[in-house]
Amino acid sequence: MNRLSQLALSDEGFVFDPQTGDSFQVSETGMAVLRALKEGRSDEETAQQLVADFEVSLEEARRDCTDFRGQLKNFGLA
Amino acid sequence: MKRPYEKPVINKLRSGLMNKFGWSPAYARKVRTAIDGVSVDELCGQFGSPLFVYSERTARRTYRQMFNAFSTRYPNVEFGWSYKTNYLQAICALMHQEGSIAEVVSAMEYDKARLLGIPGEKIIFNGPHKPMAALEKAVVEGAVVNVDNLDEIVDLETVAKKLNRTVHVGMRLNLDAGIYPQWSRFGFNLESGQALDAAKRIARGGRLKLNGLHCHIGTFIMDPQAYAREITKMVKFGYELREAFGFEMESYDIGGGFPSKSRLKGVYLPPEVAIPGIDEFAEAITHAFSEALKPGDFPKLIIESGRAVIDEAGYLITSIVAAKRLADGTRAYVADGGVNLLFTAFWYKFNVELDREVGGINETSVIYGPLCMNIDAIDEGIQLPPLKRGTRLIFSPVGAYNNTQWLQFIEYRPNVVLVTESGEVEIIREAEDITDIQRRERLPKHLELKNGK
Ligand SMILES: Cc1ncc(COP(=O)(O)O)c(C=O)c1O
Repeated sequence: MNRLSQLALSDEGFVFDPQTGDSFQVSETGMAVLRALKEGRSDEETAQQLVADFEVSLEEARRDCTDFRGQLKNFGLA
Repeated sequence: MKRPYEKPVINKLRSGLMNKFGWSPAYARKVRTAIDGVSVDELCGQFGSPLFVYSERTARRTYRQMFNAFSTRYPNVEFGWSYKTNYLQAICALMHQEGSIAEVVSAMEYDKARLLGIPGEKIIFNGPHKPMAALEKAVVEGAVVNVDNLDEIVDLETVAKKLNRTVHVGMRLNLDAGIYPQWSRFGFNLESGQALDAAKRIARGGRLKLNGLHCHIGTFIMDPQAYAREITKMVKFGYELREAFGFEMESYDIGGGFPSKSRLKGVYLPPEVAIPGIDEFAEAITHAFSEALKPGDFPKLIIESGRAVIDEAGYLITSIVAAKRLADGTRAYVADGGVNLLFTAFWYKFNVELDREVGGINETSVIYGPLCMNIDAIDEGIQLPPLKRGTRLIFSPVGAYNNTQWLQFIEYRPNVVLVTESGEVEIIREAEDITDIQRRERLPKHLELKNGK
């Protein structure tokens, strides 16, 4: 089962992992990426969503999505 | 309307650490857009990155503050500019304009001072290696030579014999001022009687006369009382020399070693809190000096401060060339300048400023330099918001010991500029190119490659 789908996300940028009890703080763009990933979107779709909502190039958004996945993996969330 | 972009970041919350590791408000971040009114952008646009930048205003202000701290407390003070701390010509010339004489520790540094137009009698020649030719030149030109060892006494007597005159010399002492580690490898030890024996030897030789004592107890000394102990012992010894051999001490040179407003690795208090101000040092030193001297005696007090005078006037601007994440998840950046340029990174934790406001959550990050070497890390645990390629990091204070100990290793050394008091920017050392690296090399005929083979 997808670990991400279990996470509780608040509008204020806090994330709670019910499995471990850990809390996380996530930046605004991080929240956008996390929501997209929770919905099962691909990295490419997520990057395009960032480009639509924020002042960022597709190239940088792609790179940052990959990096963010790395951060999630690092915390055992993906 | 699209919203401004910050890189996506997720951080684990740990109770108690929230203030330190959570959102950092813009006012808490360190941003530097200009050095003495000249924008960082403009500086790099014109002179490239990385770039060393010196502030003439800060250098002169610091020098005057330090000199005044002593000269307002004792009537006979002289500063000797420690060349090894920074021997860029422009920096030395600035110190000489401010009234400093030169303090050199090698034939090369001696030549540098002479080339700048400093006469021999305004040079203090220290150090454990003074080749015969350099020693003779220094004596002929009237430099103050502080003897480091017995072999040098013999050399100086040979020079005196050759010149057929008495030569005045100073003696480098090492002593216990309560500082660890005790620098005992330079000069003659006081407490063991070695210094007195050396003085005996000098008196017996009949060709040399001692007229000054010199000592340097270490560097980044945080305790003003260490200097008080140093100078008290020196003066007491000076009077012993007068008593025993009739040598009259005209000067007491207490060396350098005052700390700059930098943060030594492992010291967690900010430098403004941890480091005593120069007035505290000056007060302790001049007080102890006056207590030790006999009434009416006012020998010259010489100070060879390096680090404390120039460190804060120097900045290194670098640019981020890549961002990575290490296997353990740590955020890491590669900057275009590293320990090749910042030799002092091995013991300092620099002040790091960004050239712009960057939003986002701070992460514990590592800053690596450009060398393909594992040792090349400038900061291994700094809180930084997520940074884009091209963001500039400004390191300070870096004015002491970096432009002398920097390495010609793997990379070219960059431009060094001075922002003058009137706001002009002058190159004081040009960036290197391949000719600087190869000029002294010779390729033997049989090793010349034909068509690359
Ligand atoms: C003899 C002597 N004088 C002065 C200095 C300058 O020291 P600092 O930069 O710590 O003031 C040194 C540095 O090692 C030194 O060896």
